[in-house]
Amino acid sequence: MKISGARAIIKSLEKENVNVIFGYPGAAICPFYDALLDSSIRHILTRNEQGAAHAANGYARATGKTGVCVATSGPGATNLITGIATAYMDSIPIVAITGQVSTELIGRDVFQEADITGATAPFCKHNYLVKNAKKLPYIIKEAFHIASTGRPGPVLIDVPIDIQNTEIEFNYPETVDIRGYKPNYKGHPMQIKKAAEEISKAKAPVICAGGGIINAEASAELLELAEKCCIPVTTTLMGKGAIPSLHRLSLGMLGSHGSPVANYAVNNADLLILLGARVGDRAIAATHKIAKKAKIIHIDIDPAEIGKNIEVTIPIVGDVKNVLRDLISIVEKGNVDEWNQKIQSFKSKHTVSYEDVNEGDTVKPKYMLSLLSEMVPDNTIVTTEVGQNQIWAANHFNVSRPRSFITSGGMGTMGFGLPSAIGAKIGTPESTVITISGDGSFQMSLQELGTIKQCKIGVKVVIFNNSRLGMVREIQRTKYRGRYSQVFLENNPDFVSLFGAYGFKGERVENNSQVRAAIERMLSNDEPYLLDCVVDPEEPTL
Amino acid sequence: MAKHTLSVLVENHAGVLSRVAGLFSRRGFNIDSLAVGVTEDPEVSRMTIVVDGDDYVVEQVSKQLNKLVDVIKIKRLDDNDSVSRELALIKVNANATTRGEILQIVEVFRANVIDISKNTLTIEITGSLDKVAALEDMLKPFGIKEIARTGMIALERGNKHLAAEDNGK
Ligand SMILES: Cc1ncc(C[n+]2csc(CCOP(=O)(O)OP(=O)(O)O)c2C)c(N)n1
Ligand SMILES: [Mg+2]
Repeated sequence: MKISGARAIIKSLEKENVNVIFGYPGAAICPFYDALLDSSIRHILTRNEQGAAHAANGYARATGKTGVCVATSGPGATNLITGIATAYMDSIPIVAITGQVSTELIGRDVFQEADITGATAPFCKHNYLVKNAKKLPYIIKEAFHIASTGRPGPVLIDVPIDIQNTEIEFNYPETVDIRGYKPNYKGHPMQIKKAAEEISKAKAPVICAGGGIINAEASAELLELAEKCCIPVTTTLMGKGAIPSLHRLSLGMLGSHGSPVANYAVNNADLLILLGARVGDRAIAATHKIAKKAKIIHIDIDPAEIGKNIEVTIPIVGDVKNVLRDLISIVEKGNVDEWNQKIQSFKSKHTVSYEDVNEGDTVKPKYMLSLLSEMVPDNTIVTTEVGQNQIWAANHFNVSRPRSFITSGGMGTMGFGLPSAIGAKIGTPESTVITISGDGSFQMSLQELGTIKQCKIGVKVVIFNNSRLGMVREIQRTKYRGRYSQVFLENNPDFVSLFGAYGFKGERVENNSQVRAAIERMLSNDEPYLLDCVVDPEEPTL
Repeated sequence: MAKHTLSVLVENHAGVLSRVAGLFSRRGFNIDSLAVGVTEDPEVSRMTIVVDGDDYVVEQVSKQLNKLVDVIKIKRLDDNDSVSRELALIKVNANATTRGEILQIVEVFRANVIDISKNTLTIEITGSLDKVAALEDMLKPFGIKEIARTGMIALERGNKHLAAEDNGK
């Protein structure tokens, strides 16, 4: 029996075990939306296509599955781009499906035509413009395969409306074989042996764990290696959750916005072990200095990341989980007691004290976040916006497991927090999902409150409200002699009333004395809730 | 900076060239030339890319190209173990007085005249980059009106070859 291309897309999604998608309709994707009516796949109607892409991202990161978003041609598709680029920079598996104008009209600048495969080529792991309806099932199979394997990333499929309407014989392929795409999963045994030797010889080793550990589900192996060899662990922003924040070997985040002890360790190490981390400039800027001092082992699934930003002593290409397993089986602990003592004493000298906050002062984000992490249930997921709020959360919200901290690391996309929280909550309804937001960022995606309302999604929002684009203001204070330019948000709405307009509860938190009770009220049920926290604009990021 | 030649087998479908070209501009790599044409297998094209840069750059170029799903295989060609040619068409001013001299030069280079008019000659030359450059140099004094070049193409010598089918990149 023949079915339409649109129906074939839906059936292919069902074959890929997709049960929820995020999207927004329009003329060029109408055949798809029509066919969707006959499917059990749940569709979450976001209020902007960018929200759909971020929600797919949050869904993917909370569940480990591939997120799916859908948009129409032209402006629908271009609205996805920021979300696709955000997923690309953070290596998150999403499949984006866009409608396109009819094949014979492509290239004529007809209504709502945009070259979305051209526009997203720099931000996609791969993309397709479907020219032959018969190929749809293969393309979708390939797209999911490419998005979710190797180094994950977004894949876009652009489907002209006539292709959606073409009748085809539906056969979903069982397997894929793409000759130009063969990720290498197994690390080279000789290289692993060398790495084991270096680890055993090192006097001052440190592990830097990146988002690759989360993607590869390799936290247990990371912990086993660290504990077996007594190696302190720092994470990148994307690696947060790879090791419990309060683990004795955890140093917190490294880099320009990281913790003093993490940077102390990296700068004084004689061996740096990079695990699924791409040595981004915010994590390690002085790569030459570090490479001069320390030997470097770099384990990554993407060979192009090895040697890109830092010169490496022992490169190992492979799935970090597999490589760590092989490594753990042969590695022996080195002579690292003195190093660990040094680290511990540095750490104790530089711990942040949350005790000395003044009850009557405006809310101290660091205090509030550390308290919040004590009060939330174990299954909590935090997403963040971008700005000071993101860095406060990264440094002071303690997490205990992977996939519990979702943030736009590589792109730093404002407006990510709320929609990604929607995706995370849809993917893991049993968890408490809180987005840590800024008053600026929140207003980039606040329309998604409509999505939360319509689809009954119990997402909590904490706004650190400094009536400023705080992080940019801080840059202007320190680097531009306090010449403040366009960083004041003087006419912020009353966020509590705004929540009220959608039928959600919330409260304004004026000072530290109110924080604990406010958090209790927020966590008392599974409904959306807002804490609009008044924060001093002078509050520093670090 | 040194020149390096990469031989790249890619899927022969629309959009591949723009992906490759886009990658170069996006990552700030400089290419001297890029030549592309279909191979003995109609589903596979070969690109010959001449890159200007040090070892780091060439390694990065190869690795980034390898990440493209449509790229099947890449090989960095060793100058001593490969043959390379470029084809150039050069249209040069030539009148009754200069024509003879130009034809002599063409002879020495074993190039061909493929078009002639009252005041021009169009010359076809095939050879290494050096040879083409040398001819260009010799013709300059007469006034070159225009040049079209294919960019370099290259193959490994002897039995060595790059095949799409032996799996893995
Ligand atoms: C889409 C986007 N536009 C601009 C920026 C630049 N930027 C980074 S942080 C920031 C300020 C964010 O303000 P807010 O959300 O209130 O956070 P705060 O720093 O005050 O905590 C801006 C404008 C960005 N990261 N993303
Ligand atoms: Mg702010």
